[in-house]
Amino acid sequence: MIFNKLSRCSSSVAMGVLSMLAMPVAQAEYKLNMTEGVTPISQDLYGLHMLVFWICVVIGVLVFAVMAWSIFHHRKSKGAVASNFHESTTIEIIWTVAPLLILIGIAIPATATLLDLEDAKTNADITLQVTGIQWKWKYTFVDEDVSFISSLAQSSRDVVKDPTSNENYLLEVDNELVLPVGKKIRFLFHSNDVIHAWWVPALAVKQDSIPGFINDSWAIIEKPGIYRGQCAELCGKDHGFMPIVVNAVSQPEYEEWLAGMKAEAAAAAAAGEEEWSMQDLVARGETVYQANCAACHGATGAGIPGAFPAMTGSAIVNGDPAGHIDIVVNGKTGTSMASFKGQLNDVDIAAVLTYERNSLGNSVGDMIQPSAIKNAR
Amino acid sequence: MYNETTQDGSAAHDDHDHHGPAKGLMRWVTTTNHKDIGTLYLWLSFIMLLYGGSMAMVIRLELFQPGLQWVEPHFFNQMTTMHGLVMVFGAIMPAFVGLANWLIPIMIGAPDMALPRMNNWSFWILPFAFTMLASTTFMESGAPAFGWTFYAPLSTTYGPDSTDFFIFAVHLMGISSVMGAINVIATILNMRAPGMTLMKMPLFVWTWLITAYLLIAVMPVLAGAVTMMLTDRHFGTSFFDAAGGGDPVMFQHIFWFFGHPEVYIMILPAFGIISAIIPTFARKPLFGYSSMVYASASIAILSFMVWAHHMFTVGMPVAGELYFMYATILISVPTGVKVFNWVTTMWKGSMTFETPMLWALGFIVMFTIGGLSGLMLGVAPVDTQYHDTYFVVAHFHYVLVTGALYSIIAAFYYWVPKWTGHMYDERLGKIHFWWSTIAVNVLFFPQHFIGLAGMPRRIPDYALQFAEFNMISSIGGFAFGLAQVFFLYIVIKTIKGGPKASDRVWEGATGLEFEQLSSPPPYHSFTEAPSVK
Repeated sequence: MIFNKLSRCSSSVAMGVLSMLAMPVAQAEYKLNMTEGVTPISQDLYGLHMLVFWICVVIGVLVFAVMAWSIFHHRKSKGAVASNFHESTTIEIIWTVAPLLILIGIAIPATATLLDLEDAKTNADITLQVTGIQWKWKYTFVDEDVSFISSLAQSSRDVVKDPTSNENYLLEVDNELVLPVGKKIRFLFHSNDVIHAWWVPALAVKQDSIPGFINDSWAIIEKPGIYRGQCAELCGKDHGFMPIVVNAVSQPEYEEWLAGMKAEAAAAAAAGEEEWSMQDLVARGETVYQANCAACHGATGAGIPGAFPAMTGSAIVNGDPAGHIDIVVNGKTGTSMASFKGQLNDVDIAAVLTYERNSLGNSVGDMIQPSAIKNAR
Repeated sequence: MYNETTQDGSAAHDDHDHHGPAKGLMRWVTTTNHKDIGTLYLWLSFIMLLYGGSMAMVIRLELFQPGLQWVEPHFFNQMTTMHGLVMVFGAIMPAFVGLANWLIPIMIGAPDMALPRMNNWSFWILPFAFTMLASTTFMESGAPAFGWTFYAPLSTTYGPDSTDFFIFAVHLMGISSVMGAINVIATILNMRAPGMTLMKMPLFVWTWLITAYLLIAVMPVLAGAVTMMLTDRHFGTSFFDAAGGGDPVMFQHIFWFFGHPEVYIMILPAFGIISAIIPTFARKPLFGYSSMVYASASIAILSFMVWAHHMFTVGMPVAGELYFMYATILISVPTGVKVFNWVTTMWKGSMTFETPMLWALGFIVMFTIGGLSGLMLGVAPVDTQYHDTYFVVAHFHYVLVTGALYSIIAAFYYWVPKWTGHMYDERLGKIHFWWSTIAVNVLFFPQHFIGLAGMPRRIPDYALQFAEFNMISSIGGFAFGLAQVFFLYIVIKTIKGGPKASDRVWEGATGLEFEQLSSPPPYHSFTEAPSVK
């Protein structure tokens, strides 16, 4: 086992070295620097970043050059004799004041950019509420009655052992966030559980989403395209697995997408009125379970001892349906168990409950219909 | 083990020097001698360096290639958390306290620390604190996994059961630090030899005096933060829970009000060490002694006023962000003064490059790199892009590894001939320096790039475009880790034997410890106060 891993490692070292040698050719997309991005702010930030960077480079080069000169010329082996000077108020004043002037030179453009960056409130065309949830994002278009959850795509989850075949590994989601270009979008951030941070580098938006508080930020996307990002604030076990994908499209395409989302929501609501068969519920429940529950309770229902309870043999899962429904719909305060009533629709909750009761080593034998969830809300 | 030492003790019984150390294990348990306690602190810190380093190896192993090959994300988070805590509280801080114990009395001409029994206690708390912290790894819930910054509510409502052990361990470390700081202040202010005025003190003593005040000011703040966590977790308070009227962001304000001065606690004594080593090997007095003292004091004062630059993305009012940006970049002025003074000290000197000088020069270059990336991070609007990425990881490892740790290693090579009477092996010391310096740059320099390119910190797995640089970084990490095991060999070799060091040790060395004490110094030195010109 260990030997396999070691040999795999050594072969990948060799490949890594090879690919480094071939870097100029093979790594066309390779990035060493901050993205310029596609919003006015992201471009301002890039400019400011480069300004400060070059100032730092110049200061560094000057200091190191003087040091190097001194190291080469003022060495004892070259017969250098030590002087004894050790004080000069004039020099001290110069190198206190000169950096101060440089800092003022940095602070002026930085202040202007910061004031711009913080101006989310004026003239927003679209208001989008972003909710951080362990470990996925919920997007709600405040004026459109459209709301959905976006989590890591299954195609990334399937290849965690060896992801090299998946170009967008860990940067792809099941439901992309679609936004129109050329509109001022105001983001409102908050969280259901711990602190997350929504970050899309190309949009230059990074803002903490904090339980109980609302933060805002804004962007005008100037170029259509797919922009990927990740959660930037440690938020627990799967912090590295809650990506963001923004698909920026033209206004008509955006409107078409909105209409599609509304139709989907209506269909889901209608499905909640129907009677479902055990087979359909379990099949759908498995998908819902893997996307929403498996991170804590384990893909096989084993949980993580001491941190997250197992599903297999759980008293709640195998007990009265009412208790089972309650904990999933309302969550359990004071623990990591979230309330799912805002995250999943009636059919999905019914399906996942039925799945848990009849799979993962449990065999209660009953099923829970969407109507029961509707009543429990 | 015990029998052997007793036999050793009786074998050496005809030694009638009653001022020598007691024999056997109990010497170390009951000692009140500043040199013994200094040694204990330094060994603890070395053990913690290797322990924290081995967790860094686990981190770099998992990040060697994309995908999850070695550890689970939950365990990975435990590793980053414990690595940070152990390195900050276990490796760097005790190393500086150890150096303070060894050096402050012999630098100011005092016979010992002012409060020797408390000194013993403040050391012996630590092994228990760290045993308790380390034990959490073996608990059912695993160790704390919320980062060394333990932001609420991840560490409160969502914290594992082992969090309470973490809280108690932090309390113990804080008590130890505060006692150590009180001891340093009492020693420096009361026990200087006649003629050793404040403005004649070596800069290491000055920087430690300032550091000790910082410790007394902020360790209680940390204690307050963890106590509030404890009551939030168990006694129904809601300091950090918005649902009960509290505020999770307030936790960050309290934590960083401790955390930012803490950063300077870990770097001010380093400034003192470098200010001792550079003049010795340049054979020229330190340039601008008094401005160095004033710069240290300014940095310490500013350190209380900049904490929220760690929080530019939490949604502060714009006026707050502007203030914290201005105050933060202002710190680069006194820090710059220090670097300029060191470089000017070297200018027109007569330099030689023994191992301590190499580590000190490495410090100046790489600490400056870390300082400049710190200036970039201080510019609030751009911090939107840098915050919580590997750019930050690169920055603080440049100031803490190639800054604080390099100064500690430099101090070891510089003073170990004085402490033991043995010269270390110069060739091995130089190999250690070049090996570490190449490795540490291979390790941390690429992290600037992956951070700018968009890799968040504290993730166990990453997108494919970060793969090459992570692999390079890991290779550097393994090499750097191995270099410190090599260092352990050098340390043991030097303690066991080596060419006899002269009392002066270095041609250009100045200060009471080199001018008026033998190498090694007697167990009780300066029992009569020396005269200071």
